[in-house]
Amino acid sequence: MDLLLNFLPAIIIIVVMFGITMIAALYSTYGERKVAAYLQDRHGPNRAGPGGLLQPLADGVKMFLKEEIIPVASNKFLFILGPSIAMTCALMTGVVLPWGDKFTLFGRTFNLQATDLNIGVLYVFAVVSVSVYGIMIGGWASNNKWSLMGAIRASSQIISYELSMGLSIIALLMVTGTLSFREIVLQQHGGILHWNFIAQPLGFLIFLICAFAECNRAPFDLAECETELVGGYHTEYSSMKLGFFLFAEYINMFISSAVMSALFFGGFNFPGMDFLAEKGLDANWITLIGTAGYFLKIIFFIFFFMWVRWTIPRFRYDQLMNLGWKSLIPIALLNLAITAAVMVIRHSNNFGF
Amino acid sequence: MQTTSFSNRKKVLEQKPMTFMERIYLPAIVKGMSITISHFFKKKATIKYPEQKRTVSSVYRGLHILRRDENGAERCTACGLCALACPAEAITMEAAERKPGEESLYREEKYASKYEINMLRCIFCGFCEEACPKAAVFLEEDFAVANYSRDTFIYGKDRLVEKPKVGTKAFDIVKVGRTRELN
Amino acid sequence: MLQSLFYFLSFTSIFLACMVVFAKNPVHSVLYLILTFFTIAGHYLILNAQFLALVHVVVYAGAIMVLFLFVIMLLNLNAETEPRQSMLMKFAGTIAGGCLMLVLIAVFSKANALPAAHEVNSQIGLIKNLGKILYTDYIMPFEVASILFLIAMIGAVILAKREPKAAI
Repeated sequence: MDLLLNFLPAIIIIVVMFGITMIAALYSTYGERKVAAYLQDRHGPNRAGPGGLLQPLADGVKMFLKEEIIPVASNKFLFILGPSIAMTCALMTGVVLPWGDKFTLFGRTFNLQATDLNIGVLYVFAVVSVSVYGIMIGGWASNNKWSLMGAIRASSQIISYELSMGLSIIALLMVTGTLSFREIVLQQHGGILHWNFIAQPLGFLIFLICAFAECNRAPFDLAECETELVGGYHTEYSSMKLGFFLFAEYINMFISSAVMSALFFGGFNFPGMDFLAEKGLDANWITLIGTAGYFLKIIFFIFFFMWVRWTIPRFRYDQLMNLGWKSLIPIALLNLAITAAVMVIRHSNNFGF
Repeated sequence: MQTTSFSNRKKVLEQKPMTFMERIYLPAIVKGMSITISHFFKKKATIKYPEQKRTVSSVYRGLHILRRDENGAERCTACGLCALACPAEAITMEAAERKPGEESLYREEKYASKYEINMLRCIFCGFCEEACPKAAVFLEEDFAVANYSRDTFIYGKDRLVEKPKVGTKAFDIVKVGRTRELN
Repeated sequence: MLQSLFYFLSFTSIFLACMVVFAKNPVHSVLYLILTFFTIAGHYLILNAQFLALVHVVVYAGAIMVLFLFVIMLLNLNAETEPRQSMLMKFAGTIAGGCLMLVLIAVFSKANALPAAHEVNSQIGLIKNLGKILYTDYIMPFEVASILFLIAMIGAVILAKREPKAAI
């Protein structure tokens, strides 16, 4: 019973987080269409419900009711496994993200976080690197040249950009000295100037660009480039299996926005936090405001993802590889060297040299 | 490089190598993003169609209407000139003689007892409007008719004839019922 | 609990490793290998080496096997294109495998008593301790390994960059 009580907050948080992730992804599809429309001087979906708010439900019902097609020549098991892996991996990352500070309820204090892994950043990295299998397996099992090309593009792109992403994170980790999301966020307490994007502007830029590539989002959405590859890796997919692929993309976008906000933009910290605490506001309220602030940051980044998608044209494939290998990795290494040098200088100053 | 140009207007464009600021692309990206975000707040170019409708020009050629005169009597005298003028052969009609007592319904002694326009054939050229000597047929602003079966697109008099105005004798006779918007 | 988990992971990893060899389809083979890596990562987790487990997943399952899969998918190997092995090859293979097995059996029969597992610090696999040891006690092998990787990387770049004319 005691064991259950210890795990109960985590279980509740996981369930709530699952629901929030799903809803966020669901409404990202609506948001995407709406943002696209507004950037193009249109109104966007406005028929289903007030302002089109029920559009995601209508889309979901449509997806579920479509005919399920499994190509005869495909490898049936792997064909179904592909979208499942994509979806599972997309949902797995959320457990280590810090959604809020301490919360006291019924005399028990717990963190608004499913689990605080001491290598949380690395965990996210591992899950992201595994999620490429969903696309690869799905693309190969379709037994279609376009799908295979899309899958190969996706995987090579993700591998290439993972490197510079890792290097940019290493520079950040050198500053913070920990791999736990919670500690990284807590270190950024105390005003905007303490947020990591001030200390690591170049690292943040590299991370941002790589996040776009890792999510297969425009301008790096070559894996589903419709002008060249029909539909890319999900050419042969229909019904909810296609829905899973598309859904996983939106969940990835949500998660990477959350990771970016946590690593570089202070997570659940917000300006005026100490001021409110001094005024005697209940700690629970501050936590809740912090969580709301965190979600605001996430929503801003999701908006940013969409804003970029509807502004910048798609890369050519050689440009993509050149950018990844010849620009981002050297810049990330430079960032790493500068960070190390600054740290050494600072450290030596402390000893009075 | 020697280039042949017969018109002497050919210009060779010199492509300069990109400067550093151009090569890092970020200023250009920021500029593009600021342009798109400015469109976010602009007035929308599209309208919410069924609720809002665009004003059409006065000479717009939409669905047909058979006009009544100021007393509410039908102007059409079934001369058949519109059917003759129609390049798509969309119009058919049958003429009938006006009975005594129907003066307030039909203006002339002869009227169209049946008047049909096949809207699937019609090309909305407006020749019928031009041909009509009695100023009975007009093409109005309505468009975009939709239905599930083809035969509903043959519009009879029930949907073509203008609704009589309130206060005219024709209004009292026709009452409600024969309106253009039956579908 | 931990022991049963260990046995479960061991048996699945051995089973999956066998499936790597027995699978007809090369892509299936690679997929089994990826699963094997995951079970090995599970072993690391049991040893409280979370960092190693995740790095194992990132590097082996996430990067190297993706490249493997990549190449095999592009080669499009299947049963029809596979060359038929001659009897001689099969014979040689059997003999070589048999010899290896003989050696292994001999070694294990000689090693009658496995050295008792000495006490190891269970916190050694955590990233902080691992980093400290790597950069103090094992700094030499670590640097040698990194130089080796650097040489391999430069070699790969040179091979890829070689002009087609210069090669002749």
